[in-house]
Amino acid sequence: MKQTISVLVENQAGVLNRITGLFSRRAFNIDSLAVGVTDDPAISRITIIVDSGNSVVEQVEKQLNKLIEVIKVRTIPEDKMIGRELVLLKVNATNKTRQDIMTICDIMGAKVTDISPTSMTLELSDTPDRIDTFEAMLRPFSILEVARTGMIALQKGGGKI
Amino acid sequence: MNGAQALIESLRREGVERIFGYAGATICPAVDALREVPEIAYTLVRTEQNAGHMASGYARVSGKTGVCMVTSGPGATNLITGIATAYLDSIPMVAITGQVPSYLLGRDIFQEVDITGAVAPFSKHSYLVKDASQIPRVVREAFHIASTGRPGPVLIDIPIDIQEGRLEEFHWPEEVNIRGYKPSVRGNDLQIKRVAEAIAKARQPLICAGGGVWLAGAREELVELAETARIPVVKTMMGIGLMPTNHPLNMGMVGAHGNHCANQALAKSDLLIMVGTRAADRAITAPDEIQRRMATIHIDVDPAEIGKNMQAAVPLVGNVKVILRQLLEGGVPVTDSAAWREKLRDYRAAELSRQFPRREGYVFPGTVMRKLGGKLEDNAVVCVDVGQNQIFTCKYLPQKHGRLLTSGGLGTMGYALPAAIGVKAAQPERQTLVVCGDGSFQMAMNELAAVACAGMDLKILLFRNNTLGLVHQIQSRAPYHGPFGVALDGSPDFGKIAGAYGIPSLTVNDEDQLDGAISRFLEEPGPCLMICDVHPDVSTTD
Repeated sequence: MKQTISVLVENQAGVLNRITGLFSRRAFNIDSLAVGVTDDPAISRITIIVDSGNSVVEQVEKQLNKLIEVIKVRTIPEDKMIGRELVLLKVNATNKTRQDIMTICDIMGAKVTDISPTSMTLELSDTPDRIDTFEAMLRPFSILEVARTGMIALQKGGGKI
Repeated sequence: MNGAQALIESLRREGVERIFGYAGATICPAVDALREVPEIAYTLVRTEQNAGHMASGYARVSGKTGVCMVTSGPGATNLITGIATAYLDSIPMVAITGQVPSYLLGRDIFQEVDITGAVAPFSKHSYLVKDASQIPRVVREAFHIASTGRPGPVLIDIPIDIQEGRLEEFHWPEEVNIRGYKPSVRGNDLQIKRVAEAIAKARQPLICAGGGVWLAGAREELVELAETARIPVVKTMMGIGLMPTNHPLNMGMVGAHGNHCANQALAKSDLLIMVGTRAADRAITAPDEIQRRMATIHIDVDPAEIGKNMQAAVPLVGNVKVILRQLLEGGVPVTDSAAWREKLRDYRAAELSRQFPRREGYVFPGTVMRKLGGKLEDNAVVCVDVGQNQIFTCKYLPQKHGRLLTSGGLGTMGYALPAAIGVKAAQPERQTLVVCGDGSFQMAMNELAAVACAGMDLKILLFRNNTLGLVHQIQSRAPYHGPFGVALDGSPDFGKIAGAYGIPSLTVNDEDQLDGAISRFLEEPGPCLMICDVHPDVSTTD
């Protein structure tokens, strides 16, 4: 089962190394990991997606908590979470196919960020599932490159971790 | 004041009285600063790994944080095993390494390695100092982290230009406040109540005590709990000595290499109370089965240990000493365990009266241990290496009120001699003994220099079987095809080696002469080596 762990850490050199090192050392598998600074420049938020059972996730949380630079760890339940991922996707596009690609973009709510006589670069921010669908819909046109950020997440409502 | 002086001043303020180290170019400023501070003694090791082991032995008997200091590159990489050994046994240690100039970091210059990166998987924390003014804060935090919660090694890597850099002012933080590090101390009151309830219901309760009890300084509380509630006690290898061997509730060491009676007790108990132990594979060989068959309580300072190897019915997180006090103050029920204790006493008696085999021209290690135990002082420290010597000592050496120190987690050969040197540095008057095999002794015998140099009254008992005994034993069973690559051919005359350092020695190969030899060995006024000849086919299960 995919679970989302949100981790607040000191924004210092080497912290990411400790976190990823911990995952490999303890044989935990990561689906995705996204890092960025928070409203407090001294603190970064790392969002980690793990595909494991509850006991493994509990152990991941505990091991993360042992790292000195980790300030808070919280697993966000799916029904209480807003999760988004950003994708940039470059696809082959000709005069013939451009309109069809635009239709898919319209349906999915994606934007065209760049265009050339032979290609289009598209941008979509959505849940990982919908991004998978978007990618699948574009595959017949021949995708040239994809860059995905991995999901970031916050919990719904006024609370914070 | 420069960074190096700030470092040494910070160590002084932390109460450091001894550093085990090995100098090299990038640590020279710090070593130079040490010259002006007579309160801190310095022991020069012969290889950096042993600086870690000495700091470990020092820490384990003194209760203080051990300190070692080496140079960059190979100095730091040699120390790695010392750090990993301390990490696996949760020993409070601060390791200081010199580093190449900060402005050259990453260029692979002479004696540069990324040591903070290298030790990340087996250190509690590490610092790479990039500003001399941060040194006092870093040292303060490092000692706090190393010694509180679940103790462990912390590394401070200091580039030489930072050691040489000027400090505008020396700012010593009175308090340490790390927002991501707040170890639990007190146990949850509700859980304490649940523990008491579980104890009240048990008919066949058992305490399994580990190294965490020693680390928390909770031996008295543990014994008081066992005696008040009338609960027998087994120990892991790291917990040996928490209860004297002749205590009626003591059931010996549990685990794959443990005492039969301890394992019988573990298999048959209806309530297992694990205190300061991580239920590691060597001690608790079948955690799933235990979980299924009996109620379990797990008391540990590290929440991550709860549920890692074994899921306990009642987890209790906090300082073991504080928790045991809470339990005792809340009133511990007296268990209705008379029949159980009676049964265990029979198991124990059978184990203690067990006959060891005899072989002409050799002594049996178990026999040596039984005889040695009777002659040791009440609070003696025995440092034991890794291999058959470790198992025989842990299983059969009678414990009184002393300590048994060994590398239980990592199983590092060559640990015992340097650890014992650390013990002697902390407590010169305390009777201290090394037990090792001819394999492990050859991994550390260069440290006899420290023994000779200080004229340390250290006794070294060496089991000589001219093979790597435990591997020999493993290879003698399926799926292997017999001992290979383990014969210690070419070993020197160990008596002559000791003699070259000015240390006397004696050799025993006759059990009838054991008593006299052990007495002579222990009564020798200074250091002494006793070589015991052991047959290579001896097994720890004999």
